[in-house]
Amino acid sequence: MPLADLFPAIGRRVNNGIWRLGYAARFFLTMLGRSGIAFSRFSLTVKEIYFTGVLSLIVIVVSGLFVGMVLALQGYNTLQRYGSSEALGVLVALSLVRELGPVVSGLLFASRAGSAVTAEIGLMKATEQLSAMEMMAVNPIARVVAPRFWGGVIAMPLLAALFSATGILGGYLIGVVLIGVDEGAFWSQMQSMVDFREDIVNGVIKSLVFGALVSLIAVFEGYDAVPTAEGVSNATTRTVVTSSLVILFADFILTALMFRGS
Amino acid sequence: MPPEDFVSITGLSFAYPGGRQILDRLEMRIAPGQVVAIMGGSGHGKTTILRLIGGQLRPQRGAVRVAGQVVHELNTRQLYLLRRKMGMLFQFGALFTDLSVFENVAFPMREHTALPEALIRDLVLMKLHAVGLRGAAQLMPNELSGGMARRVALARTIALDPQLIMYDEPFTGLDPISLSVIGQLIRRLNDALGASSIIVTHDVISSLKIVDYVYFVSEGKIAAQGTPKEILDSDIPFVRQFVKAEPDGPVPFHYPARDYREELLGPHAAR
Amino acid sequence: MSRTTLDAWVGVFVTMGVVALVFLALKVGNLGGSTLSNPYKLTAEFDNVGTLKVRGAVKSSGVVVGRVSDIEFDPKTYMARVTLSIDGRYKFPKDTFAKILTSGLLGEQYIGLSPGGDEQMLASGDTIARTQSAVVIEELISQFMFNKASEGAKP
Repeated sequence: MPLADLFPAIGRRVNNGIWRLGYAARFFLTMLGRSGIAFSRFSLTVKEIYFTGVLSLIVIVVSGLFVGMVLALQGYNTLQRYGSSEALGVLVALSLVRELGPVVSGLLFASRAGSAVTAEIGLMKATEQLSAMEMMAVNPIARVVAPRFWGGVIAMPLLAALFSATGILGGYLIGVVLIGVDEGAFWSQMQSMVDFREDIVNGVIKSLVFGALVSLIAVFEGYDAVPTAEGVSNATTRTVVTSSLVILFADFILTALMFRGS
Repeated sequence: MPPEDFVSITGLSFAYPGGRQILDRLEMRIAPGQVVAIMGGSGHGKTTILRLIGGQLRPQRGAVRVAGQVVHELNTRQLYLLRRKMGMLFQFGALFTDLSVFENVAFPMREHTALPEALIRDLVLMKLHAVGLRGAAQLMPNELSGGMARRVALARTIALDPQLIMYDEPFTGLDPISLSVIGQLIRRLNDALGASSIIVTHDVISSLKIVDYVYFVSEGKIAAQGTPKEILDSDIPFVRQFVKAEPDGPVPFHYPARDYREELLGPHAAR
Repeated sequence: MSRTTLDAWVGVFVTMGVVALVFLALKVGNLGGSTLSNPYKLTAEFDNVGTLKVRGAVKSSGVVVGRVSDIEFDPKTYMARVTLSIDGRYKFPKDTFAKILTSGLLGEQYIGLSPGGDEQMLASGDTIARTQSAVVIEELISQFMFNKASEGAKP
């Protein structure tokens, strides 16, 4: 591409990005305004919790277990050099509760549930199901979009908590059962160093924010998808890529706000 | 004085933002109880007319009146109330893929009424019986053939007994038996419900058998109109080409292009 | 899948999630054992608090008896005023000695309370008079170097 074309192209992309951001914000507000049905007919939301939460359970639990096990192996190697292998529990718990739990389960949630939601809504649009709903005087944002969004918002913190909990159990399996770190020290050090409000509540807040962001991106990309097979597959890819970047960016912002090193 | 038209379209012009003119000062009227066909080649704005009637698009000029109300002047709540009097059958049915046949037909009733479950069940079975698919109530949409899916969608369209039923290409991609089944259903349901129907189609043979009146749309204007008999006997070249399905005529085979000989042999031709 | 089995699965899922949260709160975090029962406040002034942090431990004979609830600079005395929340079950004599200690060589700093022999006990809002500041390792090293240097300078 000649240099003369490069700058207008960048300009167009930025312009387009800002336009989409504004559109997404307007979409978000409309959806919030139309969210009544997601709670007044809660069975609609329960169904989406099933699709986003229950069907993500296995991948979350298995990855949590392995992440915790790897953390324990790596952590033990480093800690025992300084003769403080009893701090293994603290290391595993803090890394999971503060960072890895929310972030990794957010990334898994985006690729497992977010992409599915985008594909589903995109296909409903491509096969005119959303149009048909409108013609039946049913608002698709209230009936289709809002329950999926709230289902994701509710499921995500629970998934992140499960991820952290199974990760800590994985760390316990490797650290205490396999390597033989003292069990009492493992748990008591963890308890004295992990603070409920500072660490656990902040981790839950993170996962709640990630859940809302991923769900919003997923429903927006689906609703905004070009109604063709290619358009839906592009939208699905965009959901995963955008969600992952947004999670990592939001994680940085939230970490900077929460753990300023008191 | 003739009875009040249920749908009347006056001076309707529409273009997609930044696109070409789709409809250009269109005039059309549909009386209560009538089944009307809108015909024309692909890409001549036939489906756009249905979306304008349903209020999913806004015209640049002119107006669509349904039951005496100007569609694009209604607010969202009024529009949704008006839409309850309408039913629309989409090209491929647009059944909700995550719901069973039964739940698909029950959908408008559950959304708009507070009927008890037992009554909803009876109504759904009656609607499914009307399209001959009472036995398929528990199937999922992906287990249906194209013709069956279209009939289920038809049952869903008439779930709340609409006064206006719109059909977007109801005959596309069906085998001959399903074709005549759908055709018969459109006529029978229209008469049974005392409704008006609009069929957008390019299937001349199937539609002329069942409709009362035909509009031919070409390049955003009404090119011809009349009863089925008038259309069959018409000597307007465009209508003749369409009815007889001739490949070339007023609707040319070739997309507008430079002269063929010049393009191949002229000074710019590849060596 | 019928609506009821779906509901059951969601119920199982939500229960598991809540159990995981409770596990994190009680078993992993400090919500379970270490909350103080009807705590009372004491203050103590130190020349230097080192790296002592809010929510740091207050121990006596190695047992956690409270937490540091606030650290601020007193502009009148130019000292650091530390507020301690002490578990209501434990009372300390008036002449208790508060020291800032370090767990291990480079570990966290905490406050150690050594009870004296006074008959009267500290009440809520009292100030601990006898304190010992944190050991700042840089000062220790420079002191050591200075001593060595002065030893070497002696003829």
